[in-house]
Amino acid sequence: MNRLIALLLLLMAPLNSGALEVFVCEPEWASLVKELAGENANITVATTALQDPHRLQARPSLIAATRRADLLICTGANLEIGWLPLLLRRAGNPTIQPGRSGHFMAANYVRKLEIPASVDRSQGDVHPQGNPHIHLNPNNIARIAKKLAQRLSQLDSVNQNNYSDRLQSFQSRWETATMSWEQRGEILNGLRLVSHHRAFSYLADWLDLDIVATLERKPGIPPSASHLVSLIELLSPNPPAAVVRAPYANEKPSLWLTERLDIRLLRLPYTVNETDGPVDLFELFDMTLAALEEANDERR
Amino acid sequence: MYRIRLTLAIALFFASNATLNAQDLSAEVADLRQMLVEMKNDYENRIEELESRLDRAERSVVTASRDADDAVEIAEQAATDATAGASAPNIYNPAIGVVLVGRYANVDPGWEAVPGFIPGGELGPGSSGFSLGESELNMNANIDTHFFGNLTLALEDEAGETEVAAEEAWIQTTGLPNGLSLLAGRYFSGAGYLNKFHRHADDFGDRPLPYQAFFGGQYIPDGLQLRWIAPTPLFLEFGAEQNWGNSFPSTGRSRTSPDARTFFAKAGGDAGVSHSWQLGLSYVSADVVDRGGVDIGGPPAEVFTGDSDLVGLDFVWKWAPGGNSTVQNFKLQGEYFNRTEDGIFAGLPYGGDQNGWYLQGIWQFRQGWRTGFRHDEVDADNGSLFTDTILEDPGRSSERNSLMIEWSLSEYSLLRAQYIDDRVLDASDNQFLLQYIMSLGAHGVHEF
Repeated sequence: MNRLIALLLLLMAPLNSGALEVFVCEPEWASLVKELAGENANITVATTALQDPHRLQARPSLIAATRRADLLICTGANLEIGWLPLLLRRAGNPTIQPGRSGHFMAANYVRKLEIPASVDRSQGDVHPQGNPHIHLNPNNIARIAKKLAQRLSQLDSVNQNNYSDRLQSFQSRWETATMSWEQRGEILNGLRLVSHHRAFSYLADWLDLDIVATLERKPGIPPSASHLVSLIELLSPNPPAAVVRAPYANEKPSLWLTERLDIRLLRLPYTVNETDGPVDLFELFDMTLAALEEANDERR
Repeated sequence: MYRIRLTLAIALFFASNATLNAQDLSAEVADLRQMLVEMKNDYENRIEELESRLDRAERSVVTASRDADDAVEIAEQAATDATAGASAPNIYNPAIGVVLVGRYANVDPGWEAVPGFIPGGELGPGSSGFSLGESELNMNANIDTHFFGNLTLALEDEAGETEVAAEEAWIQTTGLPNGLSLLAGRYFSGAGYLNKFHRHADDFGDRPLPYQAFFGGQYIPDGLQLRWIAPTPLFLEFGAEQNWGNSFPSTGRSRTSPDARTFFAKAGGDAGVSHSWQLGLSYVSADVVDRGGVDIGGPPAEVFTGDSDLVGLDFVWKWAPGGNSTVQNFKLQGEYFNRTEDGIFAGLPYGGDQNGWYLQGIWQFRQGWRTGFRHDEVDADNGSLFTDTILEDPGRSSERNSLMIEWSLSEYSLLRAQYIDDRVLDASDNQFLLQYIMSLGAHGVHEF
């Protein structure tokens, strides 16, 4: 019996390898933690670029990962409402609960767009705190990076200098990159697009793109045939340059519409995807801009 | 200015050098040296002053920019707070969700007990025609930093009257460290796989036969549950429950003594991005007093008193291409139970051995559309002592095959049609169900 208790205690002791165990909901934040923490963080990412962050299940591997996490980084603003609360409740881990320093919600640190004046499910799956797809504006990334570095130093004060050095290095590279993206983005001003879901609102806001319609009649409700037909009528007098969709969104409705309007279908990377897409946040914006520039060339 | 003075001094030095004699020379040099030292000190002081002025200016630039940053942040925070409606008095209201269920069924003649099993809980296909299912009202919220609370009220029509029942009422710790959590109250037991789900989250309109026969639909005890998750990359969870009260399969009459225990272990993980799985093993042991209670006139009544031990094995495997379940996904799920009971039935010594299993596959073939097939069966081996009682050995297994198709516009609404080839009784029966399940209010969470 004593031996069993000793074994249990041994198993319960945290496996301390020195690095922070970081649980991340979306790939964009995983990439940011890599920039800011380097070797000091062991990262588990809940979703890939091919998974819709709205629709996920609290699967066993995620419960196991949240149980071991020192820090949890998610977007917040209700994006993960369908699965994160359950993970938090099942984890048996007080350090990552809301209100604790191990709980970091990126959307808390930026200004949100499309905050509804009133909410009702007849409007679709609207988020009362505003559109949660906040990461496609590099200025938001810069703000969140600063806050995240502070949080990392707070949780792991021994490596404080490492975090502040890395933040500085990231900030200077990011600032330069942002300036060049903004220069490149000037010609995209007013580019007319249709998007599948309102996943690109922050990108549009940043680059002054004009998203004239969405394939989903209401957020989160799959595009219906009747809505697509009405879009044809609406858009054919003055077709937009392209339909944009995130890799996880169903391709069929976008294909249908682009074929009929004879316009381009742009599968924007949406987020970091190390196996088949941008390997980090820098490439994410590079590739997004390149795709938009291509669509823009056809406009002229 | 310094330079001019210096040149002047040097010039003076050389000029005087030429006219003065040797005796005066050393005094002159000393004077000049003195003058140079003074000038040097003056020079250094001024440089220092300039440096400190520059430093001050630099610092104020830094503070100014920091102040500007802070101001931007404060303004943003204020904007965020304003939109969050922080002053509303109901801001701390729990998440409230309502589930509305209704069905139209053609299930005649139906059945109310599975041959060879003592009935308990909810059994059978129910009545034909239109009926309200279980309407549910759920409320949950964090209580404070250490506790989470959940209440589910079920409204059910029982012989023309609407009954309100506390289906679930439990609190759970969120503040215990090391993967531990403790739950107390009335809750869905961790035994089996399907048991932890609300009925409205099921893939079929009725529970599989082993659940009906062994748990009366669902095992919902009153008691305590302790869970521990191992700190391993593989999901490993162990749980133990100490339960009191009257819920089937335990039917203890005394609420003061513990009379049911559950132990369970679960393991799970991912296989690549497209597959995930979970395996479970559970054991439910219950002390039973007077289960059944069907009085057939003279004593002894057809009731069972004794020990009931149930072992369950469950698995689920889910597939979605690239892990993206939005358009297509598949789920295969199965459970096997074996129950042995020892004690007294109808005044005679009774030792029964019963088992049951089901296997089901659910395929989402396009966004919003799912279809599924299920086979379920139970089999009782009660010996030959109990002819003409409810435990009469049927000599065959009771089984069903079900086929369903469902459509959901959003994750809040669902319409389902189901066909059941029911061979629970000797005669085969064709049954049809049409069902709607709608949820409003707070967003539900998706258990795996």
